[in-house]
Amino acid sequence: MLDEETEIRETTSYRPRLGLQTRISLFFAVGGLLVSIGLAGATLVLTRQQLIDSRENAASAFALTNATRLSNQLTPDSSVEDLPSIVDSMTKIEGSQRLIRIRSDWLPSQELDREDLPENILDRVSELEAGQLRAEINGKTRLVLGIPLQLFDAAYFAVVDLSDLEETLDDLRIILFGAGAGVTSLAALVGWWISRRTLRPLRRVGEAAQAIAGGRLDTRLIRQSDPDLNRLSESFNEMAKALEERIHRDARFASEVSHELRSPLTTLKASVGVLESRKDELSDPSQTALDLLSRDLERFNRLVSELLEISGYDAGAASLELEEVNLYQFIRAATRNDDSIEYALPENAESLVINVDKRRLARALSNLLDNANRYGTGPTAIEVFTTEDSIRIAVEDNGPGISNEERKIIFDRFSRGSVGGQRGDDGGTGLGLSLVQEDARLHGGKVWVEDLKVTKAETGSRFVIELPLEGEETL
Amino acid sequence: MSVRILTVEDDERIRTAVSLALQEEGWEVEETSNGEDALASFSRHPSDVVLIDIMLPGIDGFEVCRKIRRLGDVPIVMVTARSDSHDVVAGLEAGADDYLRKPFDPKELSARVRALLRRSKTVGAPSNFTFDQLEIIADEGMVRIGGKEVHLTRTEFKLLVELASNYGKVLSREDLLERVWGYDYFGDSRLVDVHVRRLRTKVEIDPANPNYVVTVRGMGYKLQTQL
Repeated sequence: MLDEETEIRETTSYRPRLGLQTRISLFFAVGGLLVSIGLAGATLVLTRQQLIDSRENAASAFALTNATRLSNQLTPDSSVEDLPSIVDSMTKIEGSQRLIRIRSDWLPSQELDREDLPENILDRVSELEAGQLRAEINGKTRLVLGIPLQLFDAAYFAVVDLSDLEETLDDLRIILFGAGAGVTSLAALVGWWISRRTLRPLRRVGEAAQAIAGGRLDTRLIRQSDPDLNRLSESFNEMAKALEERIHRDARFASEVSHELRSPLTTLKASVGVLESRKDELSDPSQTALDLLSRDLERFNRLVSELLEISGYDAGAASLELEEVNLYQFIRAATRNDDSIEYALPENAESLVINVDKRRLARALSNLLDNANRYGTGPTAIEVFTTEDSIRIAVEDNGPGISNEERKIIFDRFSRGSVGGQRGDDGGTGLGLSLVQEDARLHGGKVWVEDLKVTKAETGSRFVIELPLEGEETL
Repeated sequence: MSVRILTVEDDERIRTAVSLALQEEGWEVEETSNGEDALASFSRHPSDVVLIDIMLPGIDGFEVCRKIRRLGDVPIVMVTARSDSHDVVAGLEAGADDYLRKPFDPKELSARVRALLRRSKTVGAPSNFTFDQLEIIADEGMVRIGGKEVHLTRTEFKLLVELASNYGKVLSREDLLERVWGYDYFGDSRLVDVHVRRLRTKVEIDPANPNYVVTVRGMGYKLQTQL
């Protein structure tokens, strides 16, 4: 048993966080995402540059060749009408078109007219400079090249379609995006797997601690091959062993104390019994002394047996001995057929069988009745009602009631009510209600107290024991 | 003839005080402090009731109980100082008729002894019964299965007679505790269960599938032939 509970708090203020495993997975996922964004971006930029450069180089070479050929075949007198025959002899590449100006006349291509050409390139060429630029024409990205032919007051324009490049780049973008998503998920998965593996020993420790808390005191962790982790499991096992030994020592101690206390009490009771039966032979002072002795022996006896019961609970040695109990007979026997009490039992009480520890439930009920006698005006009513999965037994009295503050501590050990200062003449031990609570808990149930408002003038308390019902059946 | 009680208790003070309390009731008490002495004393001069403490130096109370049970059907009361229930069941299975937990009230002890002594006399048994192969000759305290005599202790016999005189009727554990042991409603129903189990090993051909003493779930026991 710990003298005081030590709480270890984090020095930093606590805020709710995601689990470690989630955080590691997220960390890996974000890392994967960043790496794939970087790689994809670089790939896209470089590829795009590479593709456009090579396409532009090819286009300008081709445009220059054709412009040269055109200038070779032109004469100062040539007009637009002469052009188609020249154009036929020119090199063609797919997706390219040409426009030719001679003086103010234009030879359009199949698709494009001079209006379609960007102003920039027209201006540039009219200043007798060759130029190229990328432009959106009729909804497609195209490369426009312009070469002035000064001698003939003419100009050659080539328009090369780049939209297929954009399509290629779009495909690449989709592929890179898919790959990025894949890498991110994979990274998250790897993070999850790694954290799972790393946290597995911790989870085992958690499970083992839970098993120990649940009463399996001999739970131990297996040896770990990893030296870092093995240190953890070794210290855990040492702790578990120390705990187990301590609990066993406590239980053994309780059992020894129990024996040591019971023996002298047996002698005392037998001896006092002999004195009681020869009471007439005693002088008056001796008789008074014997009365005191008997009464306090009885109280001492009760205190010892209740303390032993409680220590049995503390050592985890208390166990239920369930048996089938007829509810009606049980209640009547527990109250010794006291007809001053009002009984409100379920209709089927006489045939209702519940599965309980008869001795413990009888003691709990008897302690509640004692309590009503001691602090109230005696029990006024006993009410029993069952639901599908529980049974409630309520004991009512018309006493002064219990304040809210007292209600919190009334089931604590050695707490006595404010009116219960008359220690000594009632045989109470201060453990009765805590035992009721322990008995209810051992059944998987609970006990509480509530106010009883009979009328405005009358007050009272109502103690309720609630037990879960599993083996309930009606015969 | 006065009643003789044999006590086995290693704690001298308890032994003396308990003897005084028993002598107050007018009974003769033979005190022994260990199992060997108790067995020697009993075989020299059988007593009417035996009171055995479980924790003894040398051979323990269970063993003393088993050995005395082999010598006869004298009523035996076990005394235990432990609160766990293991000792109680083990003591009853070793053949004890009843048990007390320390510290007991001397009045309670006298009441137990008196109940056992009453049981020893097989008076008041109304008549003889025959159910199938089972014959109960009440006034002779004799039971026969298929004509062969079966030896029952007085408690077992009383239990069987109670069930037999209520043939076909269910008796609850509480009823049996009151009729056979003289306990009130809150007596220990394991007394009934262990004795019924022991009775079955003696009168049933297959104790796991009893033909005579049957359990009625949620209610108790009854005697009724199943064939």
